[in-house]
Amino acid sequence: MPQIIGVPRETFAGEKRVATVPEVVEKLIKLGFKVAVQSGAGDAANFSDEAYKAAGAQIIADAPGLWAASDIVFKVRAPSGDEVGLLREGQTLISFLWPAQNPALMQQLAARKATVLAIDSLPRMLSRAQKMDALTSMASITGYRAVVEAANAFGRFFNGQITAAGKIPPARVFIAGVGVAGLAAMGTAVGLGAIVRANDTRAEVADQVVSMGGEFVKVDYEEEGSGGGGYAKVMSEGFQKAQREMYAKQAREVDIIITTALIPGKPAPRLITVEMVQSMKPGSVIVDLAAEQGGNCELTEPGKVVVKHGVTIIGYTDLPSRLAKQSSTLYATNLFRMTEELCKTKDGVINVNMDDDAIRGLTVIKEGAVTWPPPPLKLPAPAAAKPAAAAPTAKKGHGHGSSAPMAGSSLAIMFGVAAALFWFIGAYAPADFLGHFTVFVLACFVGYMVVWNVTPALHTPLMSVTNAISSIIAIGALVQIAPPAVAGLSRPDDWIRWLAVAGIALTAVNMFGGFAVTQRMLAMFRK
Amino acid sequence: MSLTLTPTLASVAYIGATILFILSLGGLSNPETSRRGNLYGIIGMTIAVLATVLGPRVTAGGIPWIIAAMVAGGGIGLYAARTVQMTQMPELVALMHSLVGLAAMLVGFATYIDPSASAEFKGAAKAIHEMEIYVGILIGAVTFSGSVIAFGKLSGKIGGKPLLLPARHWLNLIGLLVVIWFGREFLRAETMMDGMKPLIVMTVIALLFGIHMVMAIGGADMPVVVSMLNSYSGWAAAATGFMLSNDLLIVVGALVGSSGAILSYIMCNAMNRNFISVIAGGFGTGGGTTAASGAAAPAGEVVAVNALETAELLRDAKNVIIVPGYGMAVAQAQHTVFEITRHLRGKGVRVRFGIHPVAGRMPGHMNVLLAEAKVPYDIVMEMDEINEDFPGTEVAMVIGANDIVNPAAQDDPTSPIAGMPVLEVWKAKTSIVMKRSMASGYAGVDNPLFYKDNNRMLFGDAKKMLDEVLAALRT
Repeated sequence: MPQIIGVPRETFAGEKRVATVPEVVEKLIKLGFKVAVQSGAGDAANFSDEAYKAAGAQIIADAPGLWAASDIVFKVRAPSGDEVGLLREGQTLISFLWPAQNPALMQQLAARKATVLAIDSLPRMLSRAQKMDALTSMASITGYRAVVEAANAFGRFFNGQITAAGKIPPARVFIAGVGVAGLAAMGTAVGLGAIVRANDTRAEVADQVVSMGGEFVKVDYEEEGSGGGGYAKVMSEGFQKAQREMYAKQAREVDIIITTALIPGKPAPRLITVEMVQSMKPGSVIVDLAAEQGGNCELTEPGKVVVKHGVTIIGYTDLPSRLAKQSSTLYATNLFRMTEELCKTKDGVINVNMDDDAIRGLTVIKEGAVTWPPPPLKLPAPAAAKPAAAAPTAKKGHGHGSSAPMAGSSLAIMFGVAAALFWFIGAYAPADFLGHFTVFVLACFVGYMVVWNVTPALHTPLMSVTNAISSIIAIGALVQIAPPAVAGLSRPDDWIRWLAVAGIALTAVNMFGGFAVTQRMLAMFRK
Repeated sequence: MSLTLTPTLASVAYIGATILFILSLGGLSNPETSRRGNLYGIIGMTIAVLATVLGPRVTAGGIPWIIAAMVAGGGIGLYAARTVQMTQMPELVALMHSLVGLAAMLVGFATYIDPSASAEFKGAAKAIHEMEIYVGILIGAVTFSGSVIAFGKLSGKIGGKPLLLPARHWLNLIGLLVVIWFGREFLRAETMMDGMKPLIVMTVIALLFGIHMVMAIGGADMPVVVSMLNSYSGWAAAATGFMLSNDLLIVVGALVGSSGAILSYIMCNAMNRNFISVIAGGFGTGGGTTAASGAAAPAGEVVAVNALETAELLRDAKNVIIVPGYGMAVAQAQHTVFEITRHLRGKGVRVRFGIHPVAGRMPGHMNVLLAEAKVPYDIVMEMDEINEDFPGTEVAMVIGANDIVNPAAQDDPTSPIAGMPVLEVWKAKTSIVMKRSMASGYAGVDNPLFYKDNNRMLFGDAKKMLDEVLAALRT
């Protein structure tokens, strides 16, 4: 007995999306399900009832009829109060829900003894979950649409041009928060020819920004802002101050600001103050993608476009809905991928398997029992620890010391010469000399080993320190100044003393000067 | 003197000092540990000197002399270290090498005229002892005169052009033979006065040899010379150690000697030159000067820019690589370079430095100058690290460098600098070369880089032009 997937018409005012599209209906049917669609559900997204019917869906005239007929309900927005009333025991609801923000709704849903899967609760760091990640697909649409809205409100070209009618400077766009939406906005703006800068508290996105053709603007303060699950976390006071200064500077310079900064479960951070808006050029545009969570800009009015201090501030909360056909298609595909995960047997019956990490995360209510929040995943947090370690390993020492081994013949000659030399010394030199000679040869090798490790940047300090060390020759002079008298020998004391004193003075110049200048040089090397 | 050390205690102190010296050189392997390395050196030296002064070989009568000499010399050294400009480092180091050489000479002579020093030696041991004196004075003299000339060249008191006497290789060979012959005479001498004559003749020849050797070396090869003299000063110390049967001197001398030798080797590699040919003198003696004027003379137009346009190019870039050379040192432009760097980095431009191993007049010269100007060392890259990044770079700015960015080294097998590794600035989108004129570099080779389509020339004194660029950037 196959289960019926029901797709009601969205009831939220202005919502144009629909939870499935005809193309996906066919695929769901292939999985073994039956699909019922409320009449007019796809109208706003340009999918007609006929198209659904042609794809194999049954059309049901009204919402109560559809809810009653369905085993599984696909929705976009979280259910309204009326819709919760239609939910029955044993039924499964899949939609956006935001359980953290909507505790009351959670209680009501749990009271209906249904099973609820919140697509926004997907554990996003599972690579397997990416195909179901509706947040990502909605966010990228949001980013794209944000630039389109900005371009619409902005009175100039995005790209710089030099025309017969004069030179047009390119628009400067600043993007605050480089998540999926930020990156999508960046790609779109770069594609239109704007100069794009971006900032994010998470340092690892700098490379992504550059790879998209943008420029990463750093906050002049050291703190890592990666929270869990690809979101940012709340930053310290010092950081926020430095960040405000940076935003104020950007506000003065750029034409368009797109803010996407969200922190899960918290109101959106206020990044753009009234003063910053006032400092912007007249005709500038702010698109506040965090309007629904209170807005990143102090002057944002959620859901509206307002002009304040000559700056157009766009606070639409329904950007994906404004691209309804695209967002419905992507959302439908995400839900289809999820359905695949729920129905691995392809027999038209879902199995909410709580041992599966992805499904466990998605399921916020299981047969009336609240199962949110899920236990933490036993996964290594990706990309958190690695940036420091990766880079230097591949580089070889300092480009030297890696020379190929010497050719066999020349090596043999060298050994031959060395052997002859050693034999000569061994044959004629007294034992006393050999002791010193041993020390000498070994010291040469130690020097050789140690000095190869010196980094080229420090070659000058190395020379000055070895120079200072070579004033050890002072010892030679020191022992000559006034050695213990040896009986029976007359010694030209004055001569020797003056030579030795001169020697000591000369080496002292070296000794003190060499170490002091090395110290001075090394003190300058800083990171 | 109440506090004296027994011979064994002195030896143990020497071992400690030796270890500290090795740690000192090891500490220089990276900037983090380098300061500690220098400290080890200072401690090692203090231990060595104290152990000697308090040891059995110095009696109380010598202490005032020692203190007086130390204070006088130390005062001069500290004063010089405090006042020297970082651009003058090569001169200072060369000058200090000469002091070591001179001291080695003096110690050698003092040892020779001291009968108590050789009283214990008989037969072969005596011959070896005298040979050690002879060789010690020889190396000391060459180090001394060579370093003095190097100092003169580096400070501009003597012209940088190689002085090539006719038949100079023969002169050197004759000098060597004379030195060996007098060495034989010296060993045969019965009395001290008899030995003095060959010793002094040898010293004079050694001094002349040192002068001649360094005079023949061109300005571009100066990094090799400085590090080579560094090596010599080490060998001089080692020879003195043999002379006095002092293991500490031998070890330290060997450390310094091998360190200098390795540096010379690295420098030669960086120029793709043979060590022998550098020492033999003159740059590309075969035909260095003729090839430049020959068929390979690059043709084309040189595009000059002004400071404003340079600033414009820099401002629009995302990646900038700055290649400094000796010209930056001469013009004392490193501080302005840093100001520009800081300004550009503040604007989000990624600025890095590409350092050629032989840029400047001694190994690591550019690094020291940039460090003085407070450029963080992690954006200062070596040639191998940065060469592959030029294609992704918008602007490569060459400040007072020439041969180290010459594409002829790769493209033109007949060029005197063919095969020398160079920084590939021409692969950047735009390269800007800052130069006083179109004159060729030390190698006397014309630079095809200047004629490339993507190259711009900014003529003028590096400091003055960079100041203008900075002013333009700030507006």
